[in-house]
Amino acid sequence: MIEYFWLALVPPLAGFLFNGLVGKRLPARIVSGAGCAATGASFLFLLAVFAEFIRLPAEEQQIVHRLFTWIQAGTFTAECSFLLDPLSMIMLLVITGVGFLIHVYSTAYMEGETGLYRYFAYLNLFVFMMSLLVMAGNYLLLFVGWEGVGLCSYLLIGYYIERKSAGDAAKKAFVVNRVGDACFLLGVFLIFKTFGTLEFGSLFETVSRTHPQPESGFTVLAAITLLLFLGATGKSAQIPLQVWLPDAMEGPTPVSALIHAATMVTAGVYLVVRSAALYSRAPDVLLLIAVVGVLTALLAALTALVQRDIKKVLAYSTISQLGYMFMALGVGAFSTGIFHLFTHAFFKALLFLGAGSVLLRLHHELDLFRMGGLRNSLKVTCWTMWVGTAALAGIFPLSGFFSKDEILWRALDSPLGHPVFWVAGLVVAGLTAFYMCRLMFLAFYGSPGHGHGESGSEAGTAVTAPLAILAGAAAVAGVVGLPAYLGDHRLDHFLAPVFRYSYDHGVSAGHGASHSLELLAGGAALAISLLGAGLAYRLYARDRSIPRRLANRYPGLHGTLLQQFRIDQAYSRFVVGGLKVLSRRVLWRAVDVGVVDGAVNGTASLFRRWSGVATRMQSGNTRTYAAWIVTGAALVFLYLYSVID
Amino acid sequence: MGMVPATHYLALGAVLFVIGVAGFIVRRNVITMFMSVELMLNAVNLTFLAYARTWNQVDAHIFVFFVMTVAAAEAAVGLALILGLDRHSQTLDIDTVNRLQG
Amino acid sequence: MPLAAYPLSLLLLIPTIGAAVVCLLPPGRERLLKWAALIASLAAFLWSVVLFRNFDNQAGSFQMVERADWFQAAGFRVQYYLGLDGISLLLVLLTTVLIPLALLASWNLKDKLKLYLASILLLEVGILGVFLALDLILFYVFWEVSLIPMYFLIGIWGSSRRIYAAVKFFIYTMAGSLLMLAAIVVLYFLMGTGNFDLVEMIGILKRGEAVLSPEVEYFLFGLFFVAFAVKVPVFPLHTWLPDAHTEAPTAASVILAGVLLKMGAYGLLRFCLPLFPWASAQLAPAICILALIGIIYGALVAMVQPDLKRLVAYSSVSHLGFVVLGIFSFNFQSMEGAAYQMLNHGVSTGALFLLVGILYDRRHTRRIDEFGGLAHSMPRYSACFFIVLLGSIGLPGLGGFVGEFLILQGTFLTNVPAAAVAVCGVVLSAAYMLWMYQRVFMGRIGKEANRRLPDLSLREGAMLIPAIALSLWMGIGSGTFLRTMDGSIQLLVDRLDQVKQAQVVRSDVP
Repeated sequence: MIEYFWLALVPPLAGFLFNGLVGKRLPARIVSGAGCAATGASFLFLLAVFAEFIRLPAEEQQIVHRLFTWIQAGTFTAECSFLLDPLSMIMLLVITGVGFLIHVYSTAYMEGETGLYRYFAYLNLFVFMMSLLVMAGNYLLLFVGWEGVGLCSYLLIGYYIERKSAGDAAKKAFVVNRVGDACFLLGVFLIFKTFGTLEFGSLFETVSRTHPQPESGFTVLAAITLLLFLGATGKSAQIPLQVWLPDAMEGPTPVSALIHAATMVTAGVYLVVRSAALYSRAPDVLLLIAVVGVLTALLAALTALVQRDIKKVLAYSTISQLGYMFMALGVGAFSTGIFHLFTHAFFKALLFLGAGSVLLRLHHELDLFRMGGLRNSLKVTCWTMWVGTAALAGIFPLSGFFSKDEILWRALDSPLGHPVFWVAGLVVAGLTAFYMCRLMFLAFYGSPGHGHGESGSEAGTAVTAPLAILAGAAAVAGVVGLPAYLGDHRLDHFLAPVFRYSYDHGVSAGHGASHSLELLAGGAALAISLLGAGLAYRLYARDRSIPRRLANRYPGLHGTLLQQFRIDQAYSRFVVGGLKVLSRRVLWRAVDVGVVDGAVNGTASLFRRWSGVATRMQSGNTRTYAAWIVTGAALVFLYLYSVID
Repeated sequence: MGMVPATHYLALGAVLFVIGVAGFIVRRNVITMFMSVELMLNAVNLTFLAYARTWNQVDAHIFVFFVMTVAAAEAAVGLALILGLDRHSQTLDIDTVNRLQG
Repeated sequence: MPLAAYPLSLLLLIPTIGAAVVCLLPPGRERLLKWAALIASLAAFLWSVVLFRNFDNQAGSFQMVERADWFQAAGFRVQYYLGLDGISLLLVLLTTVLIPLALLASWNLKDKLKLYLASILLLEVGILGVFLALDLILFYVFWEVSLIPMYFLIGIWGSSRRIYAAVKFFIYTMAGSLLMLAAIVVLYFLMGTGNFDLVEMIGILKRGEAVLSPEVEYFLFGLFFVAFAVKVPVFPLHTWLPDAHTEAPTAASVILAGVLLKMGAYGLLRFCLPLFPWASAQLAPAICILALIGIIYGALVAMVQPDLKRLVAYSSVSHLGFVVLGIFSFNFQSMEGAAYQMLNHGVSTGALFLLVGILYDRRHTRRIDEFGGLAHSMPRYSACFFIVLLGSIGLPGLGGFVGEFLILQGTFLTNVPAAAVAVCGVVLSAAYMLWMYQRVFMGRIGKEANRRLPDLSLREGAMLIPAIALSLWMGIGSGTFLRTMDGSIQLLVDRLDQVKQAQVVRSDVP
């Protein structure tokens, strides 16, 4: 059965077609049922595949299936080929598993929406495209999924079509992503130009032969990896293309959970890990990735400190955590990045779904300062969100502790790491604990700042069950990657075949550093997180006047943080505004209408003026014409007469 | 009685032709103009025949027949046009028909 | 069947007969007239499918050739010489697909219906002739034949500024084609073959039996290039296009954008490159720069257009820039991509004009700010619009991607900076199209007139579904179309390589 793994694509596609074509006329229950069933079927199928997959010996865990030749022109060939290896296996399970829970959650969250068929059709299409992305056996097919998820993201952010802000956000997401995609494409061109193939297997094999050693400086590999990384910054919302993700929160909350937290935004991380054979040979680009990751993590965490909108806090948190993942990749710890991606998928989806539950209770009030006191009416939400918060903040023994700790440790320990990364990572950990606890205290404790009363309850099992399952996963997912002082890192072993062609920098070898040092570093991270949490308790659970006074005293700083260091404004003012002025005033009105058309019309009017003179000869009087003829004939006669002589 | 010299015929043809041209340019009545055209055609015919006789060749006779045929066709079409003009604008004055001016 | 022995003549004959029948039918019977025209165009389509099925992909040369003397005078011989190769085959197919759709788009027209239908069918004859002709004079005749019906279609059935647009279109194209005629005559005297046989001329030049001096080659290339560049259009010869597209009736816009523009690009592939490979290669860098300007400039100007049709028109400038870039990047992928992009642009832009026409039928305006929130009142229409739009901006899985990708990939192999600039066009196309989509379809319904707009009718669905299906097919099963072109493109590439090698040899000699 395992060679038919690509059939996992079929149910979501079928679900999309079903709901997209006939869903409009069907009752809501069938529409949502079909949507859930499609993803669920895919998940179950993949579980069965997985059961077979892990029994294979490691060297056989690389199954390629070629469906048909997609594009072929001369020497260029792009197959429609699928690849199943440990990396895509994990990604697929996360996508369909978390995806299924979010589908179920959506049946309750989206109840009563008129466009439900659209919603589930898009969601299924997303699962299809995302599965295609991670299953693709070459860069071009990966790009299909890459653009496809961008499209679904566009459709779902803009789901509430009557809201202008939703439309703006959707368009912004797509266009910003396209900037990244353009770089991705250039990277693909360069790969083909250099190596003559886009298939992962043969490409990585060739690279490992032609470039056995990593080379610093601006090599071809550096150019390729840099371009691909620029593509990744678009999808994964890293500096400089991070601006679209906060706006993307205009979409329905389950969408934010699935696409803008758990799966799509991690596609950039997946891309880098998939291309580990290339990246591991371009150390300078890795350094750049680490720097970008650290900066993004820091910047987004700072921004998250002051947000009032519950979903924006989570969005900036996502950007920050993605920065963390890129930091891990940047120090060469590819499997660590995937580990954090894995755990993050659970707890961030959980937090978003929890936020969705709050929004349901409060009729879509997003402002944290108008919440409060919800812990009694939303017990399950409150508890599960605490689990998610603790996991995100990296509290032992929840999953986030292990993955985050591993990233920090690698940043310090890896030959490509640097203590600066470690320190910055620690700061981010403290900030993370602070803003998450702030969110929890503002939403669930204190006195209600809203008019929706103390009474009211959870929305039902379709909401609470996914929360509980995700909370369970967020709590225990760390066991797949225990640190060396506690036990076996199973994920590392599982992923090892993926990196067979990568250059081994000895990242996970553990250089001389003792377990005690690693333990000490872990303790430091935990302590900083607890410190952040404690500070949040002091500032938001007991006396809330201090933050307000601080904001009033430093309005400039507060505003800068609130608006993400005003990067977004700068883009829209200089890039978007500049292009519009250039296009309208200069290119259209001046060049097109003025110069080019002016030249054409000028020629025309020149002729018209001269033709005025000639027109006068055309009097319409027959006898005048006759006189002209006679004159002409006489002249010809005279000429002939003169010639004959 | 000696033969009439060819130059006489040619002179007559030239005179007739010039009368035709002058008539065409000076007169405003369409029918008069039409008759002037006929006059010019026949002046040319006369010239042709004069040369034919001078050179003792019959080629020119063929041309004369051609011209006569064309003149007949022209008479048919031209008179029809004149009739149409009269019906359309109730006048035979050529100067009022100047709608083709640029 | 004797006619089957003349497959290409039959293809030309079908719409000609259709036009004649339409002219002979009584003017009052509107339904009959429309059905007669539609059936004629569908018959032409079916026949071209038959041609497609019988086409031999392996042979790169011309197939189903028909040749006979047309007229002879003063020592020169003009032939009736038709033939089909991979490139023209697909363009023929595109033409015969789009004409029935264009006829369906004008189903509600009442004004001078007979003349209108006959013009469209004659236009089809002209366009098909251009793609089939292998004799230079015959080509020129068909080129002009296609011009006249279009002039009338814009001038009689267009909207308010139709006369201006029609005259501008006519003068631009005419100026170009007269230059081409001059070039044809000069070429005739230089080659000394006593005829205007394109294949023979190319053969002579290829074998080196006649050599054009550099000055002459530049000169002739320039004349041909200007004629085709006007039609493509290449920046800065493009300003007739927004006016003509905007003022033309829907069906004419569809044909104009769908196939008439392709005549220019086809001319470049069929005449400029094989006849003047050396001059083409010399001037390619400059032409590539013009193409790049067209790509970026068209996209930027499209972004700020207040009128839907003008927006689509400028997007054509941008898309055709890709085609020219692909042609003049001179490698297999880019040229095949260019030919493919021609096909895709015909389908997707044709469909976009159909869609705008549907909206215009309902609201009698094309101004973007007159709309908003149409997704509520016309959900099926907005879904179709969105899919077509995605095809136009090159989403993988739809036709636009394959062409654009191959062009860019091929360009990247020979000219990295050009590819890098052109990629920006991909980003901009998403920006202007989605911005337009947002303003027209999303948000609340602002104007009362937009509230009760009827959704797609059966007829309108029937003209959109084929276009969408074709776009999907071209996006996923690109082999169907790419394989037919391989042989012809390979011939072109070989011809260019031959010149390049000759140059190397020449420069090696001290």
